Amino acid sequence: MISSFKSALIGAVAGVAFASSALAGELVINLDQGDPAPKKAFEEMIAGFKAENPDVEVIVNFMDKEGYKTSIRNFLTADAPDLATWYAGNRMAPFVEAGLFEDVTDVWEEHGLNETLSSAAASMTIDGKKWGVPFTYYQWGIYYRKDIFADLGIETPETWEELLAASAKLKENGITPFTIGTKALWPTGGWFDYMNLRVNGYEFHMDLTSGKVPYTDERVRATFDKWAELVEPGYFIENHAALDWQDAVPPLVQGKAAMYLMGNFAVDVFKSGGLSEDQIGYMQFPVIDPSIPMAEEAPTDTIHIPSGAKNKEDARKFLAYMARADVQTKLNETLGQLPVNSKATRPADPILAQGFNVLSEAYALAQFYDRDVPAQMAKAGMEGFQEFMVKPERVDRILKRLDKVRERVYD
Amino acid sequence: MSDSILSPNVERTAGGNAQAASTTTRWLVNQRRLAPLLFLAPGALMFIIYVIAPIAQSIWVSFYEWDGIGAKTFIGLANYVELLDDEAFYVSLKNNVIWLVMYMLAVPAGLLMAIFLNQTITGIRIYKSLFFFPFVISQIVVGLIFSWFYAPNFGLFTQLLSFLGFGDVAVLADETYVTYGIIIAGLWPQIAYCMILYLTGLNNVSPDQIEAARLDGAKGWKMLWYVIIPQLRPATFIAVVVTVIGALRSFDLVSIMTDGGPWGSSRVLSFYMYEQALSEYGFRMGYGASIAVVLFAIMMVFISIFIVRMLKDEREGY
Repeated sequence: MISSFKSALIGAVAGVAFASSALAGELVINLDQGDPAPKKAFEEMIAGFKAENPDVEVIVNFMDKEGYKTSIRNFLTADAPDLATWYAGNRMAPFVEAGLFEDVTDVWEEHGLNETLSSAAASMTIDGKKWGVPFTYYQWGIYYRKDIFADLGIETPETWEELLAASAKLKENGITPFTIGTKALWPTGGWFDYMNLRVNGYEFHMDLTSGKVPYTDERVRATFDKWAELVEPGYFIENHAALDWQDAVPPLVQGKAAMYLMGNFAVDVFKSGGLSEDQIGYMQFPVIDPSIPMAEEAPTDTIHIPSGAKNKEDARKFLAYMARADVQTKLNETLGQLPVNSKATRPADPILAQGFNVLSEAYALAQFYDRDVPAQMAKAGMEGFQEFMVKPERVDRILKRLDKVRERVYD
Repeated sequence: MSDSILSPNVERTAGGNAQAASTTTRWLVNQRRLAPLLFLAPGALMFIIYVIAPIAQSIWVSFYEWDGIGAKTFIGLANYVELLDDEAFYVSLKNNVIWLVMYMLAVPAGLLMAIFLNQTITGIRIYKSLFFFPFVISQIVVGLIFSWFYAPNFGLFTQLLSFLGFGDVAVLADETYVTYGIIIAGLWPQIAYCMILYLTGLNNVSPDQIEAARLDGAKGWKMLWYVIIPQLRPATFIAVVVTVIGALRSFDLVSIMTDGGPWGSSRVLSFYMYEQALSEYGFRMGYGASIAVVLFAIMMVFISIFIVRMLKDEREGY
């Protein structure tokens, strides 16, 4: 139960504590990968960099994700490290526009990254320049209880109708089809993105997230109408607005709920909650309109050089190192996620391999609602989605409100 | 000049340098007027730097559009105009009013507990400290305890409700109950605070007057209402002041328990300001500042009332 306020405090304190002046040959890296598995992955990777560059002294500051988000503005402006992790897409735009990130197009050119990292190139580009290097991404999708599906004789749904039928059958048997925890709002973004990608397609979704289409558009309304087909019959667990995403895992583990639309990082939590590998299944979000090509959600994590960095030369070396196929393979093996480099080795883990296939066949990749839209829109939008998931009858009022925010934010 | 302050007569008779004598005289003449100002100066300086200047700054920032790192753009009153048409602002304002009204319950509740604990039995000090305990622990901890208390499925409160035959109510996920749920969490330490204020107040109640009232046949409610409570007036005043201020600046509990949710229905002004200016999805410094200015204006109303009351009381010699 990490609240954002607590983390904000930790972040603020951490920001001060990490104020350190780097000497030449010293490379300061701030990472938002403080959880056990990511921390281990990065420590290994950095050890590899040190072995190759013995003259560089690497200083790493690990922070927890929420604390990092609140402190990054402070340390970028006040005491910039030489490297900092962040996110692709619109999420990095404010820092790029404020001149806080270094243009690293030269690194991309020099090391042929336009080829090896081509899948993420677009989301790293603003004004025709590259602003960082992507090192990992992961699939979203519906994780479900294979054993429960087998017990009730439910086939893995591939279309919307099949998903509705499966949900009805689960509900009849006293199992809530979907678990979700919306207290932190962002899990609702995954639902909206997938509904909209399936109902209206990738191009429309991108037009909407870049503010070109009003939320009061009929097509957006159509997305919500489809979504209501799951909300109105009570196919989501009750009281989800009081739960964090981790709190929504126990119902799945206890068999009170059978499906969870989440990112791949959740698998680790399912397993530590007591589910075995053959109980967890992964399915691609079902087709709603067969005429629309299947786009997927795949948030990318990135690393950047702040423009205030003191050791940009070694930082560029580090970026090139992190972009390499062998480094990304090893890093993502420990992270349990997917390497961005197309020459990296495919993952062995079955769910990850399945996700990799889905993503490589995808028509296009969306980042995530809160990375594709500007921050203020994200907050208002996801609040609206949460309200809709509890009070679906208010849909028109919610969309009107969102459009008011859209008009202001994008103008 | 220090010895001239201590012994002005010596300096005067000694004569000496004419100029020194004249400054000495000026100092002597104005001493009574200047000394208080000099004594006030360090405090006033701090007050200007840490209180007055930030207020002025907030008001100034509220006329700008600013993300905290980029360039500022002057937009005049546009932030305030937007505020007037902002649903979330009205929700926060309404919740602040609910907070103000409900929080006042801490004053009578604190008084009752103080009277209850104001007796001499063995171990009363332990009981007093136990009752005071909620005020000592951090608001963050209070918030966490209450969010577990209210938690759906396993929370004590939810268990109690289902035991009594009411359905499963997730207080913190329900837009109608959420603010009240948080206020109750806030009342827990606030009652303890008012209680301690009244306990010290009760120590100062004059035993002669109670004796006299008893001789006149006063007891029970009459004794409380006409004899005890009037004597507790200073304690009541302080209790009301701290409770009003506590209600208006409620932030930590909202942040810890709901993060303003569900869908922003438990926001209060201070939290909305934080959200707009400083949170993960915020960084609208100008808009946040304009909310802060509105909150400041509301607080000013109460603070002015208190100051006027205090001055009046001082003149009347309470």
